[in-house]
Amino acid sequence: MSLYFTGEHEWIKVDGDTATIGISNHAQHALGDIVFAEVPEQGRSLNKGDEAAVVESVKAASDVYAPIAGEVIIGNSALADDPSLINRDPEGEGWFFKMTLADKAELDGLMDEAAYRAWVATL
Amino acid sequence: MTDTMSPTQTPTQTLPLDAWHRAKGARMVAFAGYDMPVQYEGIMAEHLWVRSHAGLFDVSHMGQLLFHGPGLDKALESLLPGDLQSLKDGRLRYSMLLGEDGGIIDDLMATRRGEHFYLVVNGATKAGDIEQFERRLPREIAFDHMKEQALLALQGPEAVAVLNALVPGVAELSFMQANLFRWNDVPLWISRSGYTGEDGFEISVVARDVAALADALVADERVKPIGLGARDSLRLEAGLPLYGHDLDGNTTPVTADLLFAIGKRRRAEGGFAGALRIMGEIDNGAVQKRVGLLVDGKQPVREGALILDREGNEIGRVTSGGHSPTLGRPIAMGYVAAALAVPGTFLKLEQRGKLFQAQVAPMPFVPHQYHRKPQGA
Repeated sequence: MSLYFTGEHEWIKVDGDTATIGISNHAQHALGDIVFAEVPEQGRSLNKGDEAAVVESVKAASDVYAPIAGEVIIGNSALADDPSLINRDPEGEGWFFKMTLADKAELDGLMDEAAYRAWVATL
Repeated sequence: MTDTMSPTQTPTQTLPLDAWHRAKGARMVAFAGYDMPVQYEGIMAEHLWVRSHAGLFDVSHMGQLLFHGPGLDKALESLLPGDLQSLKDGRLRYSMLLGEDGGIIDDLMATRRGEHFYLVVNGATKAGDIEQFERRLPREIAFDHMKEQALLALQGPEAVAVLNALVPGVAELSFMQANLFRWNDVPLWISRSGYTGEDGFEISVVARDVAALADALVADERVKPIGLGARDSLRLEAGLPLYGHDLDGNTTPVTADLLFAIGKRRRAEGGFAGALRIMGEIDNGAVQKRVGLLVDGKQPVREGALILDREGNEIGRVTSGGHSPTLGRPIAMGYVAAALAVPGTFLKLEQRGKLFQAQVAPMPFVPHQYHRKPQGA
């Protein structure tokens, strides 16, 4: 299992042909109190860069983009009832959706965890 | 992940409490030309703290103006629709600076202070207001922009106990009453007023002493510093309009549903900027009206969203909206065609291509807790 990050503060946890997507601790902290999250429907086909999910804090609305191409396997239904899960455990229970991994080569341009944490520390 | 609504960055000035906010862990943002604290521990926690305890807000960006001169009441009444002549010493009134067309140039608080009138105007609009007052008031009326004064607000159900312990006597003030007090040797102009819907006070203090006063206030464990984020959600729940969002030069006291701010005598006599239009709107009804909206579901609907009637015709726009921490649901305010401005009316909102169900609701969304003295007391 390997963990990748995008410059838009999303994380991608890859396990075989499946990827789990969420937003980083840095992202939830920047957003503040999250009051709403909308995750993509099962079976939806996503191209890299598509708007996949919406997350709204008290302050602002943000889009979560598909960091890779694939098909949505499942959205995290727990977020509808308790979007604050994203604040409490952004890189765990607060995951957004799981998707198939259409092209493993798309992972090549992403940061690994050490690179991401080092970059975020400079922001 | 990308913010769809990040604030624009412009060169900013600092407020007297700038270092104080940063030391308290504030996240600073540009607002009204100043670096201001948007939050400390988090908007939700701060909001709920004010509703249950007491919150300290730095509103030093607002403009404090002190007017004097012969015939001051009448001169100000030519620009403000409130009944200032009947305002007693040490009393304040919510009012508006109106353009000659009746449009709202700013909303403000006006206090009679002996021979003077003390006005507190919005930070983002104060420069324009000053220009208006200079241009439109008679030459014999002078005013001082009190740049050396900072302004704090202490709001919440425990505000009175906290402040009265530091400044004995403030508990005697009733809502919309003000007086001069002393804390140690520092003069404080304190009014029982605010913009959260809670009981509370606004304190004008010389900038040199504001950090010491802020320290003394937060030394009480019932008080926490509160940022602009919670100030916005608190005033939205209280149904209070925010200039530049819910009010602007295209709105009037009638369309903005602020008729309470036009005194009975003023309605009968007119004689204020835009009176012809405004009195026409009072008599015949305005085209649009500001209303509260309860939004179905959990997703906030924010400023700029379209308001549609049941057939899908655009009838107005949302001017403020967001999550209500007290109610745990999205609320909004906006302007709709007057015929649909009736509480209970079902409407649709459209935001980024998505439709939301909403219902016109009476405001405030959360009841005001102002400390009013019984009538006749």
